[in-house]
Amino acid sequence: MVTEDGVAYERRSAVPVIIPVRPRKLAEVPFVELAEGRLQGVVSSRSDPRRLYASSITARRHGLSCHTNNNRPCGSLGGGQPCKHIGALIDAAVARYGLARVAHHLEADLPEDGADLGSGLRPGTAPDRAAEVFSSFLRHLAHLDLPPSTEPLPELQWFPAAAAVR
Amino acid sequence: MLAAALGARPAGLGEALAAVDGLDDALGHGLAHLDQARAARLEPLAAACAGSPLAGRVADAVAGIVAGTVTDDHLTALAGARSALLGAAHDALLAEADAALGRAREPWSAATVPARPGHLPAAGRSWLRELALTGWRRAGAELVGSGGRTVQALIAEPAARRLAVLLEGFAAELRAAAPVAPAARIPARRWADLWARALLLGRGGLATAGTVDADGRLLLLGADLHEHPTVVHAQVHGLLESPGRGVRLVRTAVAAAKVDAVSGPSVWRRLAAFPVLRAALARHRAIEVSGLPLTPGGDLIWQESRAALGGPADPFVTARVRLAAAVAAAPPPLDRHPVAIAEPVLLEGYAAGQSTFDLGGAEIAVDLDRLPAAGPLTPALVAASTSCLGLLRWDAGCWAVQPLAVRAAAGRRPVTAHTGDWALGPTGARAAGAEAAAGTVVDVLRERAGRLLRQ
Repeated sequence: MVTEDGVAYERRSAVPVIIPVRPRKLAEVPFVELAEGRLQGVVSSRSDPRRLYASSITARRHGLSCHTNNNRPCGSLGGGQPCKHIGALIDAAVARYGLARVAHHLEADLPEDGADLGSGLRPGTAPDRAAEVFSSFLRHLAHLDLPPSTEPLPELQWFPAAAAVR
Repeated sequence: MLAAALGARPAGLGEALAAVDGLDDALGHGLAHLDQARAARLEPLAAACAGSPLAGRVADAVAGIVAGTVTDDHLTALAGARSALLGAAHDALLAEADAALGRAREPWSAATVPARPGHLPAAGRSWLRELALTGWRRAGAELVGSGGRTVQALIAEPAARRLAVLLEGFAAELRAAAPVAPAARIPARRWADLWARALLLGRGGLATAGTVDADGRLLLLGADLHEHPTVVHAQVHGLLESPGRGVRLVRTAVAAAKVDAVSGPSVWRRLAAFPVLRAALARHRAIEVSGLPLTPGGDLIWQESRAALGGPADPFVTARVRLAAAVAAAPPPLDRHPVAIAEPVLLEGYAAGQSTFDLGGAEIAVDLDRLPAAGPLTPALVAASTSCLGLLRWDAGCWAVQPLAVRAAAGRRPVTAHTGDWALGPTGARAAGAEAAAGTVVDVLRERAGRLLRQ
């Protein structure tokens, strides 16, 4: 979530810009990010526990792509209709970042009747980005293997741990 | 008395910050896209450096920007000038705080060790240059995203950790904001701070000083938590009682990398390698230290093997009895910036409002943005408080207190809450349950990643 309220937003050094989100369930969508002009992430298969899908939606054109970790295209993504993995990805992104930020990143028009983001997209197909999505996921997880550190990190004075949404 | 003493504004502060603002707004619009009016607002920065060793370089840099020929050296000179001005602002503000608190501070006397070479690869330097030329407002997803790949090369390099931690936090914010809408407000001071800091750190411009080994009893005052999507940092403020050395105000800190899905109380799990420090925080115990390296700036470099859990020590008692006589260290010159001011204070006998404390006629703001989700402090507890152990901070023209612990009259019995109370896990049943569920995040992620790697 991006926050902008409060006085002197422009002149505050320690103004919170990214608010940490509530913990969300990760089993279905272990990874989601807004990056490289796309909403992309990793979605678990509901039928085959060994299978993961890399799903993505491009900004502006809303091209969809969904492939398995065995590099096969998702069978239910046909004719530009979102498959259930794309749907799960959108739901996870909205839970993670909030509807407004996801819509802004995708440059999508939000339907005014309160319908969900999926119905506001006019999707087409997009090139396969599975390899990039999976490697982005693994790079992200590499943080979990870094050793802790005890040297002074004065730059973290700019990053106060903010209150979560209580 | 405190709030009244802090009401005065140091001479020249407004002019210094106005010069900084001129550069910050130019960086927002992009140094390659400045109109005459915006370019003219860089002049005060050059004027402020006249008569200093930076004078010629900064004047050249401003001329280079106006002429449209910006080099890396120009950018370094601008970042250096900006840091010098903010360093001077820091010094004036800290002197004011020391006077208001009656705090004694040792002068900076350490010989500075020559700067190590910077760790920022060419790709990182060119990313920072492109950002400055393009401006935060025009930076698109592609430019912003390319910074993430630069950082990736740095995170595995221990010597570059400090720079990597900074760049990851900066890049994540730019990513979160991109594309910036034309009318959107942007955190201009903050992003210019982070950009300038990265530039100087990447050039190896931030020298470190040698340490001495410290012995004695460390009495904790409280934990200040810092976090961005891929790091968690617990900086503990305390008083070090050393034989023959009196009582010194010190800090010690531990940090761990994380992923953004790890947040709230479960961030403490990432700091599992530091059981002595966590136990001292959660159980309010003193720490006996022997041979712990201490920097001239007052930072103890934490080592579990040189620390042992001591007897009970209530941080409020520590503050009431010992804080007034403790001697503070001078911050390292290159780390001086108003954001670095974090002076422990004990406030009592005030009337708490929603976001202010009335200290008998004068008010001081309470920074409710700094009550971390990883601890039990809430705005309601602060508003009901009668005593507060906190950090005195300054940002955007205002002094504020950041609570680290409060005593409150909630209902019939008094409640005490410290930010570090959950260092060994949340103490309430509801919070503990939520933490247990969230604590499995890392296991779930590793298991899913394992499916990819088995292919």
